[in-house]
Amino acid sequence: MSTATVAPVKPKEKKEGLLSKKNRRTLFDPLDDNNPITVQVLGVCSALAVTIQVKPAIIMALGLTLVSAFSSLIIALIRDSIPGRIRMIVQLIIVALLVTLVDQVLKAFMYDVSKQLSVFVGLIITNCIVMGRLEAFAMAQKPWPSFLDGIGNGLGYGIILITVAVVREFWGAGKILGFQIVPQWAYDHGYVNNGLMALPPAALFTIGMYIWWQRSRKPKLVNVS
Amino acid sequence: MEHLLNMFVKSIFVENVIFAFFLGMCSYLAISKKVKTATGLGIAVVFVMVMTTPINYLILNYMLREGALAWIHPSLASVDLTFLAFILFISTIAGAVQMVEMVVEKFSPSLYNALGIFLPLITVNCAILGTSLFMQEREYGFLETGVFSVGSGIGFFLAIVLLAAIRERLKYSKIPDGLQGLGIAMIVTGLMALAFLSFSGIQL
Repeated sequence: MSTATVAPVKPKEKKEGLLSKKNRRTLFDPLDDNNPITVQVLGVCSALAVTIQVKPAIIMALGLTLVSAFSSLIIALIRDSIPGRIRMIVQLIIVALLVTLVDQVLKAFMYDVSKQLSVFVGLIITNCIVMGRLEAFAMAQKPWPSFLDGIGNGLGYGIILITVAVVREFWGAGKILGFQIVPQWAYDHGYVNNGLMALPPAALFTIGMYIWWQRSRKPKLVNVS
Repeated sequence: MEHLLNMFVKSIFVENVIFAFFLGMCSYLAISKKVKTATGLGIAVVFVMVMTTPINYLILNYMLREGALAWIHPSLASVDLTFLAFILFISTIAGAVQMVEMVVEKFSPSLYNALGIFLPLITVNCAILGTSLFMQEREYGFLETGVFSVGSGIGFFLAIVLLAAIRERLKYSKIPDGLQGLGIAMIVTGLMALAFLSFSGIQL
């Protein structure tokens, strides 16, 4: 009884903590239950193309997380002053601006990785994760949750990217991050790297298997997409 | 001439945008449930791709490249604006899509209704921007750019219609629960990509 009378005394407009429960969900949901690649089916293109080795995958994931976090933040800040009819173009320009920044930094400090990623850095602009989250979340939410949502989705993308890259680099080249994992004696005894893993189809098979594994673990995800 | 023909075949089969580079996977997976809608999207993509890539070529070579601005004033010859390529390319594409949408709506309402939501969505189809970026990276000439964009577009069209046809059949198959929908679509695409690998090395 006493607790019931105490409750209404609380200030009604209690300021939401920076990492309140809701915000934590916004941040962590995309890592698994609402993963951008395997559940929302966004941003699949680059996820498949840059996963032959782990290093470019990590850099791509970082680049996308930065772009998606800051574009969500900026769009959420100016969301009330964007005219509805041209919002796609406004969003694209802001995303393109951020991607240009990332691309220039990569070219200046990591030229070889930038060459390896080739057009895929530029393609972050049309990465559906960025646009999808802007449309679905940042256009309707406050800046801080939007920023977290951007980071969360970037990381969810990163998890898939790095998992697939680890599988492909290990089986395809016997290395992880460039370090030899499969010992030399195994090769001496007739072990051969799986050449298929270095080819494009392997990425599709790996993600297909990941989806199978994820959905048999969580039956509620079956047939969502 | 042979060189162009070779490039055309190569961009359709050997370096198919979907099976070799995974560009435009999102719309490829999302809109391949029925052959009819897949065909509509495929045609729209071919159209926008053939329109925008040559425009982007002109922008790149007459406005952005180092020395490209010399026709205005010789002192501008050292200006290199290629870092603006992303923003200008995507603006061209967004603008072209908007224009195509208005023209189609005005002159062919039936086609407009058939394409529906796919038309504006083409703006964010990676295959289109990707074709422009490949054009920049591989330093194609104008004719080559034209041929390459037609080839890439047809490649996308082919891939999405093929997958839609397979998925229509898959509806009647028994697939493990977790693999239904997206999972099996990925694996089927992988198998198709393997089949397309057999085209590699073809030279005309």
